[in-house]
Amino acid sequence: MEPTSIPHDSGKALAETIFALSSGALPAGIAVVRVSGPRAGDALRALAGALPPARRAAARTLRDARGEMLDQALVLWLPGPGTATGEDVAELHLHGGRAVVSAVESALAELPGLRAATPGEFTRRAFANGRIDLAEAEGLAGLLEAETELQRRSAMALAGGALSQQVGEWRDRVLALSAQVEAVLDFSDEEDAADLPASFTEDGARLAEELDQWLARPRATVLREGYRVVLAGPPNAGKSTLFNALLENEAAITSPIAGTTRDVLERSVAIAGIPFTFVDTAGLREDESGDDIEKIGIARAQEQLGRADLVLWLGEEGRGPVGAWEIDAKADDEARRVKGERALALSARTGFNLDRLRERLMARARDAMPAPGEVALTERQSALIEEAREALSGIGVVGDPLIAAEHLRLARSAFDRLTGRASTEHMLDALFGRFCIGK
Amino acid sequence: MRSYDILVIGGGHAGVEAAAVAARMGARVGLVTFDPDTVGAMSCNPAIGGLGKGHLVREVDAFDGVIGRAADAAAIHYRMLNMSKGSAVWGPRIQADRKLFKAAVQHALGQQTNLDVIAGEAAALILEGGRTKGLTLADGARIEAPAVILCTGTFLGGRLFRGEERFEGGRIGENAAHVLAAQLREANLPMARLKTGTPPRLDGRTIDWARLAEQLSDDGTWTMSAVTPGRVNPQVFCAITRTNARSHDIIRAGLDRSPLFTGAIDAQGPRYCPSIEDKIHRFGDREGHQVFLEPEGLDTHLVYPNGVSTSLPVDVQLAMLRSMEGLEAVDVVVPGYAVEYDHIDPRALTPALELRAIGGLYCAGQINGTTGYEEAAAQGLVAGMHAAAAVLSREPAALDRANSYIAVMVDDLTLQGVSEPYRMLTARAEYRLRLRANNASTRLTPLAIAAGCVGDERRQWFDSREQRRTEWAEQLAKDVPASELEQAGLPIRRDSGNHRLDAWLRYNGVDLAALAPWLDPGFDPAEEIAVELAEDAIYAPYLERQEAELRDLRASETVRLGAGFPYGDVPGLSNEMVERLTMAQPETLSAAGRVPGITPAALSAVLVHARRRDARQEAA
Repeated sequence: MEPTSIPHDSGKALAETIFALSSGALPAGIAVVRVSGPRAGDALRALAGALPPARRAAARTLRDARGEMLDQALVLWLPGPGTATGEDVAELHLHGGRAVVSAVESALAELPGLRAATPGEFTRRAFANGRIDLAEAEGLAGLLEAETELQRRSAMALAGGALSQQVGEWRDRVLALSAQVEAVLDFSDEEDAADLPASFTEDGARLAEELDQWLARPRATVLREGYRVVLAGPPNAGKSTLFNALLENEAAITSPIAGTTRDVLERSVAIAGIPFTFVDTAGLREDESGDDIEKIGIARAQEQLGRADLVLWLGEEGRGPVGAWEIDAKADDEARRVKGERALALSARTGFNLDRLRERLMARARDAMPAPGEVALTERQSALIEEAREALSGIGVVGDPLIAAEHLRLARSAFDRLTGRASTEHMLDALFGRFCIGK
Repeated sequence: MRSYDILVIGGGHAGVEAAAVAARMGARVGLVTFDPDTVGAMSCNPAIGGLGKGHLVREVDAFDGVIGRAADAAAIHYRMLNMSKGSAVWGPRIQADRKLFKAAVQHALGQQTNLDVIAGEAAALILEGGRTKGLTLADGARIEAPAVILCTGTFLGGRLFRGEERFEGGRIGENAAHVLAAQLREANLPMARLKTGTPPRLDGRTIDWARLAEQLSDDGTWTMSAVTPGRVNPQVFCAITRTNARSHDIIRAGLDRSPLFTGAIDAQGPRYCPSIEDKIHRFGDREGHQVFLEPEGLDTHLVYPNGVSTSLPVDVQLAMLRSMEGLEAVDVVVPGYAVEYDHIDPRALTPALELRAIGGLYCAGQINGTTGYEEAAAQGLVAGMHAAAAVLSREPAALDRANSYIAVMVDDLTLQGVSEPYRMLTARAEYRLRLRANNASTRLTPLAIAAGCVGDERRQWFDSREQRRTEWAEQLAKDVPASELEQAGLPIRRDSGNHRLDAWLRYNGVDLAALAPWLDPGFDPAEEIAVELAEDAIYAPYLERQEAELRDLRASETVRLGAGFPYGDVPGLSNEMVERLTMAQPETLSAAGRVPGITPAALSAVLVHARRRDARQEAA
């Protein structure tokens, strides 16, 4: 986490107490307002009278400073540090009308030392207080940003600790390997620790292989930016018509990279919960004189085709890039097809076979996306796992246990940076638990 | 009334180095000891060095300390541990003749100017305004000094255990110790209890050496100190025996009389140096454990059985020993025992090993929860150097985790505290590839010279060594084509290009000796400095990769926090984080990151606060 991203005030004597609506959009059946920080207890007393017993729901009448009744609410008092943020927390379960929530928020804001939370601030506090690790925090951040069901479920997996657990398991295995090497290095005069066990190389190689498999999985980029479908072909091939037809009636989503170029039209939509980004290269042709792919083979077009997860080729059969889907875009019915059997004949104008294209796109995209509920690695995470894999893949061949130990240290450091923790002590604990050492 | 710049209490390994370095730096030093004849005594095993510990000895030696030269003067057996592995984990270790060692230490102190050894019992500290002003001796004498260094080992609440027997421990008179201990307790210092043990001492004449495997002194010429000209004493051999099923039965049958298992001792002992009863209890499936029989000197019959530290009753000890091969008729001269003692939680110390609560009062050695002569000596050096630097208004050498094991230890102690007696291990040093025992002079002597810790003789030695380094560096920078190496019969492919000699060293099957034909006359590949440069070349790719890490480390070391940093004012820090940081009082942001349980996000919050504070201070 970058220091500059930290919300702050000008350095008051006490950490501030923050509050926010932590349930979904209003109106709703119930709205939960959460208060976290050293004055959470004071805030609850101010609104609801005496504190209820810790961690027990209590029905209370909430009143503001002037004694005006705000709501009949269920309140919870959760003293820290065993809370979601690691601080004292109060929860107010309100009737979910906008006016009620806004009145309660105003009453809270009037209390000394309380202010509305900035986005992600609860998460940041939970992370700062060691309640969640870096990967989980990233997942929560992803949840805030998720616009499609697939994004949400992947972020949920991350926030729920699925990656952290996996990294924890890898890290334990590296620790076990480290313990074996460190025993050989620091206690070589002990019989127990004279040599590396035969399994050492194999265990290291197996772990490296597992990391490889994770690295081969779909990344979060495709989830975040959508499955990228580029429509290509000569002018008047029907690209823009198809582009508009595909976007029609679909929920637009914000692609984080939209609008990076003015030469192409780019729109992101969710089709049945799967994020897509469709790119119409039509804009390119105005700069070009020719009308087929060789002639528009300038940097920008190539770049678009290179970044595509899939190209829909609307031009002359066989002239499109390798792996592109041949589309016969002006076939109002099968009889009007001009391209061969391999091409999908459709008509954006009449809608003929458009659903078939959508289904095939969804099937293809689903394969390229992380499975629902599976963690997708961000670029940062995969770079660190790659670092660990590289360090581990060498340990069997280096010969000198000292160098093997350095490789393992690099792997540990990569895992630690992934979840945001670090300590040599863990390694020593692993070491002493396994060997009878000392004379 | 007498006065000094620095008073050191205790003449063990910590006290000796503390007094000696402060005197070398020009401070007037008084070393107070109950009995000057015990200065430099080895109270446990007769060995100096070993894995991790050898590094510490070489580092103290690089500061022109005493322990390395005294070890050479007393060495009757040299062994380089871990020779089959990378040189960064080689562990130089010697067996010492106790009498020779003590004599060498006392001689070194006797030669040192500015240093008086004072016979007396330290009765009480003179404290004024939260600072140390000196010391009162048991005979009523007052000695003034702005800095006092406590190197008193286990004198605080020491208690010895042997079977059902109990003894109050410590050489220092009870009354004297009580006043001093009470003063420390009054200061509300966090204290804890630790345990350690020692094996019985055997009569070597009753050991059947002929039946046992011998371990000879190695035949190299290396020495513990960089400036020792060569080995001086006759070399003796050690022998190895082992425990067996019968020994284990005897131990198990005696466990109900062991204070470790009856609950009499509940303090934590060292995991890496367990008692034999612990080993049998925890690793009962093992068929036997090695026992090294180490002679204690040239003119004594005492033998130290390394590996059977125990507090079992005397009769059980004897029966256990006699169940082992070669020891069937052994006599015990002094039975083994366990010691339980108080120590100061080292988190109460600054990285200078000065108590935060009492200015001018430093602590070094076992009192800080460590074990081992080498660990003690290294702390003595740190405390002595910092105390002298403070009194003389000089800059101490800047030690950090990337340049010394000494700093690794001090950093671990003052930030993490201890849960068992702290012993150095190479595994504790994350940058150990650059912290080799055999490059300690290169790493530290320049810093030691700048801090004024080094005498003329070593300075001259170092200058000429540096000159030689430059000459060697030129030799190793010569470009040689692969074809020449191939022609000379080296396993290098003709098309491997053109490289400097030091780059060729990273190829399999190429070492410095193999490159001798390309060196100018007068450059012997076996030369000590050449070996160091060749190792540097071999490790270079790894060291380069660490550079980025080190840049981060050093960048966060420039963010000063120090005592009194208002952690409570940092927005978003939980009480728990505030408590941990306030307790550890890390000097820098980098140190704060090593406080257990401190999260990266907490660190960045602290960083932002520190930056804003600095900006405000600049503006003001």
